[in-house]
Amino acid sequence: MTYLQAISDGLRQEMRRDKRVFVIGEDVGVYGGAFKVTLGFQEEFGPWRVIDAPLSETAIVGGCTGAAIMGMRPVAEMQFADFISCAWDHLVTVAAKQRWRAGTPVPITVRLPSGGGFSGGPFHSQNPESSFAHIPGLKVICPATPEDAKGLLATAIQDPNPCLYFEHKHLYRRLKAEVPEERYETPFGKARLHREGDDVSVITWGAMVHTAEEAAQQLEGEGISVEIVDLRTLIPWDKQAVLQSVSKTSKVVVLHEDTMTGGFGGEIAATIAEEAFEDLDGPLKRIAAPDTPVPFSPVLEKAYIPQVDDVLAGIREVAEY
Amino acid sequence: MATTSAIDVVMPQMGVSVSEGTITKWLKQEGETVEADESLLEISTDKVDTEVPSPGSGIVQQILVQEGETVEVGTKLAVIAPEGAEAPAAAEETPPEPATQQAAAEAEAPSSSEGETPTPEAAPPEPTPAPAPAPVAAEGNGGGEKTFVSPVVARIASEHGVDVGQVSGTGRGGRVTKKDILAFVESGGAQQQEQPQEAAPAAPAEPQAPPEPAQAPPKPAPAAAPAAPQPVAQAQQIEPEAGESVEPMSAMRRGIAEHMRRSLDTSAHVTSAIEVDMSRVVAIRKKLKSEYQKSYGVNPTYLAFVARATVETLRDYPWINGELRGDRIVTRNYVHLGFAVEIADGKGLIVPVVRHTEGLNLLGMARAISDIAQRARDKKLLPDDVQGGTFTITNPGGYGTFHGTPVISQPQAAILGTYAVVKRPWVIQDDRGEDVIAIRPIMNLTLTYDHRLVDGALAGRFLRDLREKLESWEESNY
Repeated sequence: MTYLQAISDGLRQEMRRDKRVFVIGEDVGVYGGAFKVTLGFQEEFGPWRVIDAPLSETAIVGGCTGAAIMGMRPVAEMQFADFISCAWDHLVTVAAKQRWRAGTPVPITVRLPSGGGFSGGPFHSQNPESSFAHIPGLKVICPATPEDAKGLLATAIQDPNPCLYFEHKHLYRRLKAEVPEERYETPFGKARLHREGDDVSVITWGAMVHTAEEAAQQLEGEGISVEIVDLRTLIPWDKQAVLQSVSKTSKVVVLHEDTMTGGFGGEIAATIAEEAFEDLDGPLKRIAAPDTPVPFSPVLEKAYIPQVDDVLAGIREVAEY
Repeated sequence: MATTSAIDVVMPQMGVSVSEGTITKWLKQEGETVEADESLLEISTDKVDTEVPSPGSGIVQQILVQEGETVEVGTKLAVIAPEGAEAPAAAEETPPEPATQQAAAEAEAPSSSEGETPTPEAAPPEPTPAPAPAPVAAEGNGGGEKTFVSPVVARIASEHGVDVGQVSGTGRGGRVTKKDILAFVESGGAQQQEQPQEAAPAAPAEPQAPPEPAQAPPKPAPAAAPAAPQPVAQAQQIEPEAGESVEPMSAMRRGIAEHMRRSLDTSAHVTSAIEVDMSRVVAIRKKLKSEYQKSYGVNPTYLAFVARATVETLRDYPWINGELRGDRIVTRNYVHLGFAVEIADGKGLIVPVVRHTEGLNLLGMARAISDIAQRARDKKLLPDDVQGGTFTITNPGGYGTFHGTPVISQPQAAILGTYAVVKRPWVIQDDRGEDVIAIRPIMNLTLTYDHRLVDGALAGRFLRDLREKLESWEESNY
């Protein structure tokens, strides 16, 4: 099953078992969504549970917040994660803080097709997870596999807090794997050990898990054993798993597709420096996109998003130290 | 060297059988002020970890023995200058090269006597130069250019008392990597290093203030002395196979390993077991429990009952509470009772001793056990809390096991094992004298004894009497 199919199936399963769950977004109804995640949903659940919204992210998230406060479990789709900036105020000022101000849970899930790799240019390729990881009250989810995509979506929908669910567009149809048919919830804050190794830990999430995997396979031939920790969720993030891996390998690469400065990798690096200083056998390495908008040109985009070769070089550098 | 009024800090004698200690942490650094009796450093002996108070007030002028190093009792660890006297003395005291010289001198002195030490678990004497002058020495010492020591390498070096300079590095620019130092430790390099590489740092200089190992008594070491470096040294380069991982042994682990092996090599271990109907104890305990907890905050555990009955029984079996010392049999009129306590999540074991248990009633016993077990877990035991036991009880029954063959804590003659209390169908006589099957709480007890001193018959009688005491327990008797 593809990553996209897993999201679609997971969402359908939640809607079938829980009448409070509804979908709202631009073109999610008749058209089935820009990426066809909700294809056939309106036929099955009707126009009141699969709502085509006007072209206003502010209205979508604002409406979801109200519905959630009244007991519904809305799932909003941003056509592209980039557009969520329009809804910043509702998410950050209202939804994220409502529970602290008034004690009311706000169980919203916002689906955010994110990431580049297909020449989408600066408005359709970003990975804005770090901006939201900085906001207390929001949860940030970044599945890397079809199985996790389904399980984490179920957990997000049932979670009483606003959850930002970053689904990576590059993985939508490229990634296929077995996905359990029955419903299951993948817990937040529990990293997945994607690959076991002894020499260097790569801490990453989302599509970069697969970039790291390709690099790790190549490095195996060079005698460098790479451990890959897939965080799965950034808020909450599995500090324990990261520190454990660091204490094992003592050498760390933090890898993400988002830009470097202020990226969530900095938070991980700082935590390792604070809590695992005496486990380190060399400087930590961050691999991330440069601090510019995502370029449109395919050549430049390739230079921008960390590629297997970048990861290879980074891991080698750390391993050789 | 030091001004006449300087106060020396020496490795304290932390108990009769402790001959050396490892500095685990300096709580004050050079140049810092310290009050008399304020904690100055933490040490780890083969028995316990503890803090050492400062012998006087003043400024820590010089630290002579670094963290991770193991030195004999009486070795000078630091010099404290009474306030006002520190400045000129310090300058005079720390020229760069003598520091390395001192390290060499220090390494040589103990290495000759080290073979007899009964504590392979502790790191060996450490030739690492004092840190303050070290960088200077390293740079000036053109031959061996030292590169960056990473935090993890520094930590492993201090844990194992390894001088990083002795390890050959495979990292960038010859840097010593974590793998390098782990391989070095695994291969037993830590033990060997004092001999071969010494020449490197030894620059010609006046021998300056070597810590005084001469001051230490020759070697108290009452316990048997195994050839210390052997087991570690022969381990060679341990390269993990696929799927394996390798970790260094902690000091405690080495201590346990050595003691267990030595015990099995010393005593002729035999185990006898007996089943005890705990009905009376269960009933009395139920009755006493709330009273004890309410009035004294103590839980009357089964272990307390068994310990109390054991002490009572040992009075009639002095040999089981005795010891073979050479060709003499030593018995006593007291019972210092050891209790095996698991720590570190089952990965460590310590046997604190309750002294003069013959003077404790059930309440006193329960209180003493809970106190000592708690202090064991909190690392608050004093060295004398873990020695001098005359008999030991181990209680592996907490996890449901019903039998075992524990290893005797040397130089004792026996160890009692207590196991889970389990409801069993039990044949008893009813009031008409007929056999019936009843449900009874049964506990197995084992006595593992040194057959050199204790024969099976004696052990059997001891267990019989112990059972009798537990099965006929009278509340008023204890």
